[in-house]
Amino acid sequence: MLIFEHSKPGRRNPSQAPLDKAEIRDIPDALRRKKRPLLPEVSEMQAVRHYTRLSQKNFSIDTHFYPLGSCTMKYNPRACNKLALLPGFVNRHPLAPENFSQGFLACMYELQEILKDVTGMKAVSLTPMAGAQGELAGVVMIRAYHDARGDTARTEILAPDAAHGTNPATAAMCGYTVREIPTGADGDIDIEQLRAAVGPHTAGLMLTNPSTLGVFERDIQRVQKIVHDAGGLLYYDGANLNAILGKVKPGDMGFDVIHMNLHKTFSTPHGGGGPGAGPVGVNDRLAPFLPVPMAGKSEGGGYRWLTEKDCPHSIGRLSAHMGNAGVLLRAYVYARLLGREGMPRVAEFATLNANYLMAQLIQAGFQAAYPKRRATHEFILTLKKLKDETGVTAMDVAKRLLDYGYHAPTTYFPLLVPECLLIEPTETESRETLDGFIDAMRKILAEAYASPDRMKGAPYTTPVRRLDDVKAARELDLTFVQGRATAKGSATAKGSTSVAGATRT
Amino acid sequence: MSNIPKHLKYTKSHEWVETQKDGTVKVGITDHAQDLLGDVVYVELPRPGRLTKTGEACAVVESVKAASDIYSPIAGEVVEANGALSDQPELVNKDAYGSAWMLRLKPANPAELDSLLDARGYESFIASEAH
Repeated sequence: MLIFEHSKPGRRNPSQAPLDKAEIRDIPDALRRKKRPLLPEVSEMQAVRHYTRLSQKNFSIDTHFYPLGSCTMKYNPRACNKLALLPGFVNRHPLAPENFSQGFLACMYELQEILKDVTGMKAVSLTPMAGAQGELAGVVMIRAYHDARGDTARTEILAPDAAHGTNPATAAMCGYTVREIPTGADGDIDIEQLRAAVGPHTAGLMLTNPSTLGVFERDIQRVQKIVHDAGGLLYYDGANLNAILGKVKPGDMGFDVIHMNLHKTFSTPHGGGGPGAGPVGVNDRLAPFLPVPMAGKSEGGGYRWLTEKDCPHSIGRLSAHMGNAGVLLRAYVYARLLGREGMPRVAEFATLNANYLMAQLIQAGFQAAYPKRRATHEFILTLKKLKDETGVTAMDVAKRLLDYGYHAPTTYFPLLVPECLLIEPTETESRETLDGFIDAMRKILAEAYASPDRMKGAPYTTPVRRLDDVKAARELDLTFVQGRATAKGSATAKGSTSVAGATRT
Repeated sequence: MSNIPKHLKYTKSHEWVETQKDGTVKVGITDHAQDLLGDVVYVELPRPGRLTKTGEACAVVESVKAASDIYSPIAGEVVEANGALSDQPELVNKDAYGSAWMLRLKPANPAELDSLLDARGYESFIASEAH
């Protein structure tokens, strides 16, 4: 139910604190509103109850296990939030003079240094506001690098067929044609196909390592040599950085440019549409092209913004100011809380949890997509056998998990693996939680064989039952018309994402 | 197992090809492909007159799981696209080999049709793909 449906004309809820009467002087008469805006007219109690109820219906990491593969839904320490909300940070205006922002600038400078160190890159810009924007910045820099050398015949970006969909999309946005490189049976990139694909037209290769298949790309050194020998650059998609944090540096693997999803690895809130942060790191070759502004040191001690004046070859600005300041601050606090010793522990426990979960689920009767490979921070089950034998699909299992109080893993990604679940427990879960999940999966498997029809109707206990995602996609309708919603009943559910529907970030 | 009609030709990217009396060919996606994709929600087709190269992406099929390119099985000219699919994308799931044909091509070189897979070849290809 929407708050508008509680609305009753004339019901008012005045502020209980005395308010100065607002005066409007500068807006021309012609532009001023003549009619009242369409706002819900409810009492304070109604508003409180409405939003409290909504928050209780929410499925979140604060209440439930959320093993959504590729998305790294881990716990966000409260300390990060608390410190990022200090009045000195919150009340800072982005256009205030630098001498009023020294504390903030110092944090940003140090965050850049920490990210440089942990990725093995030579320079970092924090300004991209999400992973996809980080990717865009990365590929625009690759283009700028080739252009600056007059090397304009490079028109193609390579990406493995298992890549995140954003990789080919980014390459296409930057005017490149995309060529897919197949994956071998054991999950590594097909080296011979890569060798055949590179040439004077190759601008670069976009690679996620560990890959979206949840395995470490073992041939990375050969891969980097093949691409570099052809004159291309190597792009690191940092979506899976969690697995190698503090253990292996993408810079040491030979990558020229990387984007990091701070909202995954560096534990800032995400998954509910909250703001992300996708800083980019580069080696010496690409450093001149980094987006501005960046935090730099000023001559007299202290810090200042580096802008186009300092970085004339910069690809420019990506946002009005510098990225999502609050998110960057949270990531900074998280990195400082972990320290250098803590970062490898993130990787160790992320991979330990994933491997424990994989081993236990195989014992419970599930099939791993790459049983011969050790999992990284995530792994893939394939439910093809179950579907062939019972008709129960990966989606049915995902929906049934909601009834057991677990968020569903990522379903049907990567597309290479039929009927797949991509499961990422993250390092922040206890063994008891993992055992609870394993138990639920075991029960669901037994249920699927005993009463497959029952699985088709799941979930049974959630605030909304299984949504018709086919109808929602075929008859997309996101409008709310007052009075219509109640009559049609499902107007709001139609266009919304299902509880288990957020599969890609 | 998937339905693989004997009289059609196939590609490894899961398109089927049917030669018409006038020498043009109809192209669609196989039953196996629609099964992998799941419920199709949108089909984007090329305009008639477009020239396609062999293996060139020329249409897009979007399902609840993914958006996938459809590749031109042979070089040729698009002479007709199946407009019915824009209103009824579900035809791809219901009738992959019939009313859900996607485009009609005039082959640039009819001999190229011989290079496509026959039903038996396609069947063993999808068997080898499943692991």
